[in-house]
Amino acid sequence: MARNKDATVLLIDVGPSMHRALPQIEKLCSMLVEKKLIYSKYDEVGVVLFGTEGTENDLTREVGGYDHIVVLQNIKVVDEHLVETVQQLPRGTHNGDFLDAVIVGMDMLIKKYGETNKGKKRLCLFTNAHFPTKPPQEGTREDQVITISGHMNTQGMRMESIVIRGELTGEAKKSIMDENDHLLDIFSKRTCAKLVHVESPISLLGALKTRKISPVTIFRGDLELSPKLKILVWVYKKTSEEKFPTLKKYSDKAPPTDKFATHEVEVDIQYKIAEDPSNVVPPEERIKGYRYGPQVIPISSAEWDAVKFKPEKSVKLLGFADAQNIMRHYYMKDVNIFIAEPGNKGSILAVSALARAMKDKNKVAIVRCVWRQGQANVVVGALTPNVSDNDNIPDSFYFNVLPFTEDVREFQFPSFNNFPASWQPNELQQEAADDFVRMFDLAPSGKQEVLPPDLTPNPVLERFYRYLELKSRDPDTAVPPIDETLRKISEPDKELIAENKSVIDAFRSCFELKENPKLKKSSRRLLKEKPSVSDYREDHMDISDQPNSNEHTSGIKVTKIGDSAPVQDFEAMMSRRDSPEWVGKAIKDMKNKIHDLVEDSHEGDNYPKALECLVALRKGCILEQEPNQFNDFLRSLCKFCQEKYLSSFCEFLATKELTLIPKTEAIDSEVTDAEARSFLIKSEPKLE
Amino acid sequence: MELDPDDLFRDDEDDPDNELYQERESTKELVVYLVDASPKMFSNTTPAGDGEEETHFHVAVSCISESLRKQIINASYDEVAICFFNTREKRNLQDLNGVYVFNVAERDYLDRPTARLIKEIGNVEESFMSKIGSQYGITSGSRENSLYNALWVAQALLRKGSTRTVDKRVLLFTNEDDPFGSIKGITKTDMMRTTLQRAKDAQDLGISIELLPLCRPDDDFNVSTFYSDLVGLSGDELAQFMPTVGEKLEDMKDQLRKRMYKKRIVRKITFSIANGISIQLSSYALIRPTLPGAITWLDSVSNRRLKAERSFVCADTGALVQESVKRCQPYKNENIKFSVEELSEIKKFSTGQLRLLGFKPLNCLKEFHNLRPSTFVFPSDQELIGSTCVFIALHKSMLRLKRFAVAFYGSPSRPQLVALVAQEEIISAGGQVEPPGMHMIYLPYSDDIRHTEELHKGSNVAAPHASDDQIRQAANLINRLDLKDFSVFQFANPALQRHYAVLQALALDEDDIPEIKDETLPDEEGMSRPGVVKVIEEFKLSVYGDNYDEESAVGNASETTKKRKAAVENAVKENANYDWADLADNGKLKDLTVVQLKYYLIANNLPVTGKKEALISRILTHMGK
Repeated sequence: MARNKDATVLLIDVGPSMHRALPQIEKLCSMLVEKKLIYSKYDEVGVVLFGTEGTENDLTREVGGYDHIVVLQNIKVVDEHLVETVQQLPRGTHNGDFLDAVIVGMDMLIKKYGETNKGKKRLCLFTNAHFPTKPPQEGTREDQVITISGHMNTQGMRMESIVIRGELTGEAKKSIMDENDHLLDIFSKRTCAKLVHVESPISLLGALKTRKISPVTIFRGDLELSPKLKILVWVYKKTSEEKFPTLKKYSDKAPPTDKFATHEVEVDIQYKIAEDPSNVVPPEERIKGYRYGPQVIPISSAEWDAVKFKPEKSVKLLGFADAQNIMRHYYMKDVNIFIAEPGNKGSILAVSALARAMKDKNKVAIVRCVWRQGQANVVVGALTPNVSDNDNIPDSFYFNVLPFTEDVREFQFPSFNNFPASWQPNELQQEAADDFVRMFDLAPSGKQEVLPPDLTPNPVLERFYRYLELKSRDPDTAVPPIDETLRKISEPDKELIAENKSVIDAFRSCFELKENPKLKKSSRRLLKEKPSVSDYREDHMDISDQPNSNEHTSGIKVTKIGDSAPVQDFEAMMSRRDSPEWVGKAIKDMKNKIHDLVEDSHEGDNYPKALECLVALRKGCILEQEPNQFNDFLRSLCKFCQEKYLSSFCEFLATKELTLIPKTEAIDSEVTDAEARSFLIKSEPKLE
Repeated sequence: MELDPDDLFRDDEDDPDNELYQERESTKELVVYLVDASPKMFSNTTPAGDGEEETHFHVAVSCISESLRKQIINASYDEVAICFFNTREKRNLQDLNGVYVFNVAERDYLDRPTARLIKEIGNVEESFMSKIGSQYGITSGSRENSLYNALWVAQALLRKGSTRTVDKRVLLFTNEDDPFGSIKGITKTDMMRTTLQRAKDAQDLGISIELLPLCRPDDDFNVSTFYSDLVGLSGDELAQFMPTVGEKLEDMKDQLRKRMYKKRIVRKITFSIANGISIQLSSYALIRPTLPGAITWLDSVSNRRLKAERSFVCADTGALVQESVKRCQPYKNENIKFSVEELSEIKKFSTGQLRLLGFKPLNCLKEFHNLRPSTFVFPSDQELIGSTCVFIALHKSMLRLKRFAVAFYGSPSRPQLVALVAQEEIISAGGQVEPPGMHMIYLPYSDDIRHTEELHKGSNVAAPHASDDQIRQAANLINRLDLKDFSVFQFANPALQRHYAVLQALALDEDDIPEIKDETLPDEEGMSRPGVVKVIEEFKLSVYGDNYDEESAVGNASETTKKRKAAVENAVKENANYDWADLADNGKLKDLTVVQLKYYLIANNLPVTGKKEALISRILTHMGK
């Protein structure tokens, strides 16, 4: 474990011009520490502040200088105190010198680790770089930075500089900022350093990777352009969804006095034959089955291994295609990146030449990939060029998975031109829309793009980890409301709306939107013609509403089912709410009524009426969750008919699609769909 | 019933969207394919690609057969019946003339397709004339009306299932636009009237009748002669309905195939644009990975299905725990407990709504901004009148200004930022290729993006970028290896095809499994053409110089592999220094060190894991002692 530990020194500018950004930095740093506490608890963190009132660091004691830099926390293993420390950073009073701070941070890392732990030492610098650094004793500032970079490289340190600008830090002299930017850029060009500029609070929250994920290659080997030309590549994930943490189930069954209780919940799975639930089938008596339509085909793992599709591990080029043929919405999954084997000059050049040529010619490469030996499927995807503008970073390819024939549903949609004229925007409307699309802008020129995916944190995860920290202090605390900064991810920016008020108002006034007044009625009409599952619920309400209104208009409470309008009577009784007994009585009366109708029928003259009643009864039983009442009745009725030579009624019912109430319609039913459908059909003599 | 063992420990709330990938039983549809089998269907042909001619009957049957296969692969619950009319023989429950319901053993007329049905329908043409026969069902002088009969049979087949939960469709394949053309006078009007009435009755019962006309370039199918009344089309709809008559057979097949599927809405979404303007959208899953069906466990003796029962047991007390227990996350040496409600509260961000945040130019949408398959959205005026108009206006503006919309989609499973990219309609001879609308692309958060390319950032050496000459050579190579007319989804998934081919063979008790052609393999032949070989050699020379072979050899044996090889060689050498048989016989193996024992294991290519006793016993087993 400890072998993998990382050391991070946070270098935070707390000078006056940074005060507005500090709340976000506190959140970001505490997130970093919180995640370390969960995912890499042996990591070590130190905190250095610069721009402080006082001075407190080793170098000032040893060699002097390095004023207004305070080591708030020496490098140590993360713990809960550290979370609190970074959550309440003291505000400083001076303008900080970030180069001094970098040197103090490096000194701490060198003193603690010497030359060991290469590549696992990291400096994170937060500053607005608004103020000039101290001029060096000899040479230029640039030389100084180059010397520092050299040290960083020999020590195997990495650096991330987060430069905060824009609304968060106010104005500063452009020439100074440019010089500082240039200095920081030298770091990123000469060392393993990264430079990020942020202009908004959200981007600041997303500027630092708070969770360490050790990169793992998916594939190392040849990218085969042809059997004669192979380029050595490594494939990594470029994007991969960071999931909400999978929380363990917690059992509170153990007595509170039991100090050693694990509180864990174990999952126990038993396989049973559906018809014989008392018997548990042991693993050796189970066999895998695969569905083929309605059939399930048993096949043992060994047999399956012998016949299944077994492609060879390889990544092969199929050819190049026009980039505009590969539309963005075909991308199926998270994205991989193909990098030439590090240190292999030939491969790096080959990838670079191809990537640049593809970019020039607007082409993509179609490749077929089998990442691992034994992988059961192949992946076909597109390589798109990722040309790097940093001399330090080689060119590479992004890889996106493309769909197979089976993955695409070619639904047909009406052409917009075929819509009626009232649905087509007129010139005025189109103009308003153009203005709106142009002005309601998230990527204004000269400013940083708003909500760029690369700098926008996942608000759900932010919320979770913050809440976790709060809960660790007070277990009963409630979920705090969404904070202002995170709200900007899920809601349009109020300022942006205010800026474009006239455009939005114009857009709004151009279009008329209204709720469909006919919806209630039409959905009811639709119900009869073509109901869908979601409409079903509305149907419920409609039916129960109707009889109620009848009741009001007629003003008479129905107490029994008469001869003239048995269905209406039944519905009225079912909907009476003054006593629960009415439902039972209505069902009972209706059953008797149907029975009488069938029994009294002469050559089927009562059948349609009996059917009407049955349909009403069926509906009522579903509504009242009494499916078994109906099912039992229908069974006994059919039995009765067959005994009394009235089987013509059963046939009549069968043609009218009357079925038992299956489980899908009422949960209490014990009848499956198939049973429900086949019930009446079965009793019918086969015509074949 | 279906429980993938790997999925058991998945978090319950993991991804409810996933269920949308597979079709569900509750939204199934019942379909009757009514295929005209009149002699005209056999005599009219359409030129196929390779100079051969194919009959219309063949086109219809192959479309059906393809659709059935697709249904199997999509694990759909849809039920189908295949019914020919204008036949010599009859087979149907009502015993009507000229209608033959095609079926196989162990299957109802209207049922889910089985392996046997798919096999038999593929071969139906061979024995069609002898077993079923083709003859005109509507002739002057007889009162028979085969079309009427066919509709009646279809309606009767579709009587099962309530229209509440299922969609019922009749798909009618014919190349005769005037089925009553051969008769005249009062009989004709009478027969037309009764046929239309029959169709209307069926439609009143919630059955939709759709027409799939087959035609030839020189012989238009005139829908208005008769069928527009039958399927209930008028005016504008009629113009929309008739697809452009394809030149090629493939195009006609494409059109038929596309019309056979019914659109399924995934969700209705409210898209709030700004300051109280909201419109109604419907979302569709046009692209989703199709996976081989889940495993169903069976009893190996009786082959009966097994039901998996999950129970949760408290590890401390052994007591059963209810499903909705608390969750916990270890943090700071403590278990922090969460209730299910608290967790869902954390995830709640503007539930279910799609909120517009603004617009960006298309070049802000990078190639790596992707996580999941996209979702298609199309406007709907059903609940909010005017939605379509607003949508079309925005759609046009976005296309013209080359911008996409950024929106926040508050889906309960994963609230996420999405890009809405407008897509223009694209039509080819085979019908609509890309429908007009917007694609919702799920954007990653910064937490999801990895900066892998910076991983190997050379500390001192600058990473070389290719020279202009090398780029030119690469461009030549790209020109040579161009895939003309590449279409994104032209390949069938070989793993899936194999999967179902194996299952089909097993289901039919056939011994040999048909070979599946892997379409995804590169064109080896094309690659070895002299022109291609030449550009490849030139590119190689330009990039690698003369030492390509050395480089790849060096690259192949990376340092770790070299070390590993050396270790094996050393072990083999050392191994020879011991008299293993003697040591084993005298029980002296235990006196050796683990390192010494491993010489034997490595030299004999055995696993080297485990404790010393395990190693000794492995050696003994290997020596057969």
